[in-house]
Amino acid sequence: MELDRIRNFSIIAHIDHGKSTLADRILELTETVTGREMRAQVLDSMELERERGITIKAQAVRVTWKGHELNLIDTPGHVDFTYEVSRSLQACEGALLVVDAAQGTEAQTVANAYLAIENDLEIVPVVNKIDLPQADPDAAAAEIAELVGEDPGRVLRISAKTGEGVAEVLDALVERIPSPTGDPGAPPRALVFDSAYDQYRGVVAFVRMVDGSFSAREPLRAMAQGTRFESEEVGFFSPTMRAAEALGAGEVGYVITGLKDVSRLRVGDTLTSERNPASEPLPGYKDVKPMVFAGLFPTDSDDYPDLRDALEKLKLNDAALFYEPETSQALGFGFRCGFLGLLHMEIVRERLEREFDLDLIVTAPNVAYRVLTKAGEEVEVHNPAEMPREVERVEEPYIKASIIVPKDYVGPVMELNTERRGRFDHMEYLSEERVLLVYELPLAEIVLDYYDQLKSRTRGYASFDYDVIGFREGKLERVDVLIAGELVDALSLIVHRDGAYARGRALVDRLREEIPRQFFDVAVQAAIGSRVIARETIKAKRKDVLAKCYGGDITRKRKLLERQKAGKKRMKQVGAVEVPQEAFLAVLNLDGSKK
Amino acid sequence: MSGGRARHLYVHLPFCASRCGYCDFVTVVGRSGQHAAYVDALLAELELEQGVLAPRLESLFLGGGTPTLTEPRELERLLRALPPAEEVNVEANPETVTPELAALLRDCGVTRVSLGAQSFQPRLLTVLDRRAGPDDVRSAVYALRDANFDNVSLDLIYGIPGQSAADLDADLSEALALKPEHLSCYELEAKPGTRFTHAHGAELARQAEAMEAYFERVVAGLTEAGFRWYETANFCRQPSPADGRDLRSRHNLAYWRGRDYLGLGIGAVSTIEGRRWRTTPRLGRYLASLRARQRPEREVEPLAEQVRRSERVLLGLRLDEPLPLAGLAEAVDPGAVDRLERLGLVQRGEAGDALALTERGRFLGGGVTAELLA
Repeated sequence: MELDRIRNFSIIAHIDHGKSTLADRILELTETVTGREMRAQVLDSMELERERGITIKAQAVRVTWKGHELNLIDTPGHVDFTYEVSRSLQACEGALLVVDAAQGTEAQTVANAYLAIENDLEIVPVVNKIDLPQADPDAAAAEIAELVGEDPGRVLRISAKTGEGVAEVLDALVERIPSPTGDPGAPPRALVFDSAYDQYRGVVAFVRMVDGSFSAREPLRAMAQGTRFESEEVGFFSPTMRAAEALGAGEVGYVITGLKDVSRLRVGDTLTSERNPASEPLPGYKDVKPMVFAGLFPTDSDDYPDLRDALEKLKLNDAALFYEPETSQALGFGFRCGFLGLLHMEIVRERLEREFDLDLIVTAPNVAYRVLTKAGEEVEVHNPAEMPREVERVEEPYIKASIIVPKDYVGPVMELNTERRGRFDHMEYLSEERVLLVYELPLAEIVLDYYDQLKSRTRGYASFDYDVIGFREGKLERVDVLIAGELVDALSLIVHRDGAYARGRALVDRLREEIPRQFFDVAVQAAIGSRVIARETIKAKRKDVLAKCYGGDITRKRKLLERQKAGKKRMKQVGAVEVPQEAFLAVLNLDGSKK
Repeated sequence: MSGGRARHLYVHLPFCASRCGYCDFVTVVGRSGQHAAYVDALLAELELEQGVLAPRLESLFLGGGTPTLTEPRELERLLRALPPAEEVNVEANPETVTPELAALLRDCGVTRVSLGAQSFQPRLLTVLDRRAGPDDVRSAVYALRDANFDNVSLDLIYGIPGQSAADLDADLSEALALKPEHLSCYELEAKPGTRFTHAHGAELARQAEAMEAYFERVVAGLTEAGFRWYETANFCRQPSPADGRDLRSRHNLAYWRGRDYLGLGIGAVSTIEGRRWRTTPRLGRYLASLRARQRPEREVEPLAEQVRRSERVLLGLRLDEPLPLAGLAEAVDPGAVDRLERLGLVQRGEAGDALALTERGRFLGGGVTAELLA
């Protein structure tokens, strides 16, 4: 296909704003699927592929419209995958920006729209769901036009549900979106914008050919990682997998690599031919690093091998997931896992619990810290317990947060952000009613309960998105917890100096409530280095007897003691102190901290 | 009919005038017309079980319920029909002990009476639903003394909702003023879900911290008055140089030493040769079975060797005498003994063949024993 006949685009939309329905209509209208094949939301359905022995989801679908080849590239829906989103967008020349006529713009839409603008994409604004009774297409069109700097008259108004206006969308794609540029005769370069693992065929790379072409049985190389393989098959999805002789410049499709591990082929890398290699990779490859870390422990320690196997399996399909074994005094054997962000963590946790049927304890998450030690060594710390005591400097990740709220809630949001060490960047009125607030915040301040706080202080109206912008030095302290003088590794945390006392106090109070009284006084302390910042004493028990015990009571008394004994077995020993696992959970557990 | 080994017999007399809110014993309120039938049934049951009893009994204990509420004629018939024992104890509620009843008991061979005094503060007795007042307790003791009883025990309850430390001290001194040979002092147990806990649970929770020291206060008050704290909840006068009598409850010592015992009556528990059973608590069924000269229904619990050893430890450690470990070593976790010894809660005998709780260990006896058991 000549380059000027190709259009590559993606759809940017907030969840529930109609992305999948619009994709379905496009497939239907272009006769990519016949009416009989048509099922709701083909792109999201995995069953079709399953029937053909492949279990991965199409990340790009090719359709034809009035003599043009249109490639619809799917983007991951969330903030944590900003880098993946940016790679998907890099594979396109344009994007449909879809906004719900009743809901208006959401923070996530804004973030992705900015990402698209940064990637020089031609944006085709679309207001969807104009058939809804509560729709206000004019308001939504004005908002979206303002956002992308477009004439409100050029905003398309459609109903993906009824099909109204969808043909015009396809026409607009052809008219407005530029055709790809690239050199069909140059040494081949293809951008890997996504990959998936199939149990039968290994890693399948989704690529956008920029220069040259690839065919099957061709030795290829990933330029950044250096991974070498032979393409087993090339082709495209329409909507199911179709092998092709070649993928040419400007086209979008897949390459079956036969690789057995997704981490060997990272998103953003450039594929080239071994026989006719390009000299320069495509720009923009980043080695994405996890930013949020948490300990994952099986509730039942016998499940540890199952957790290990499950993480191994997930990792096959999730190159961004990081894990290493962790042993916690309090929680036993588990893994310290690294995630791109909170949602990524939630997804992994949910898959582990749902697909692998595991009961997990997830510790409160922390961020990655860059530490310069007094010895002049630079280390990255993923676990507060590993924070060196003697540090020259600590840097923590910062984010740029976009928050959209009705104007009445600007005050409470500003207050929250100030509490969370936020720095105001700017504020925009998206409409008379809705305000976009942009703040810079330490990532550590949002990993715990920021989102819940934001929701509760704005009665659920706020929408929120963020992007990691880099590391900055912070006045951070490591707070340790000591129970009867013993340091409890699992409870160490890193907090900003200004919040250290309050957090230490809260931890100590909570533990005093949760740790049962022992045979002796137990001191619970929070300390920064050797400086104790909070202390409570759990007073020794003064009595623990069953007063009456005669002939009729013996069995009951014995059972009581057996139960007491069994309770003791579930306790974790911290020095001489018995601490119930629940006490650690109350402090550590993600759910607990949300309350 | 001899050769059995149980030398301790318990007889349960369930009848009560009313039910006290905190009580969790098997009791029957009203039904005075059934006293005779019940005594018949007890004697029939005794006949059926006679084989497990040793030819000579060390102790016979009539508990309740309110044994002294039983029709005097029936009580007498029962006492005269039961086998003789070295110690014959009857539990009594103060308001039931008249001079006539005291004389009857003495005449029927009763050697010891334990009186459910519970408290001397009218306000606290009301909280406990007790019918007797402080004067009833005093006149009961006097009646018993008049009938020549030289072994009287008083039951006291502490930790009553609304009870101050001063109230407790007053109860102890009022009790001591009656010069009992023996005192049993129980902490009130408010079981979840009972009427009593429903009514007083919040107040008890509020006072929990203040009442924590009451157990220590009871022990201190009674040991200062010359009593021996011989079991977790039991105190007896030190033997006087004159008669050298051991005033511990022989019957209850049998439980704490792991001896076999036979229990007769509804809800009564027996433990004989590694089997424990509890007779049905239902009066109608009990009477019906025994009218037909059949064993009443029972719940049987076989006691494995290991369980028996654990019980020996948990019961033995309630006493102030070191527990000989011969044959019990397997039931005790040696690591725990080391730990608890370091904490000053247990003490090994000099030869390492016995184990005792220290004074602090006895206050924490439940938790300490749970940790000690292997």
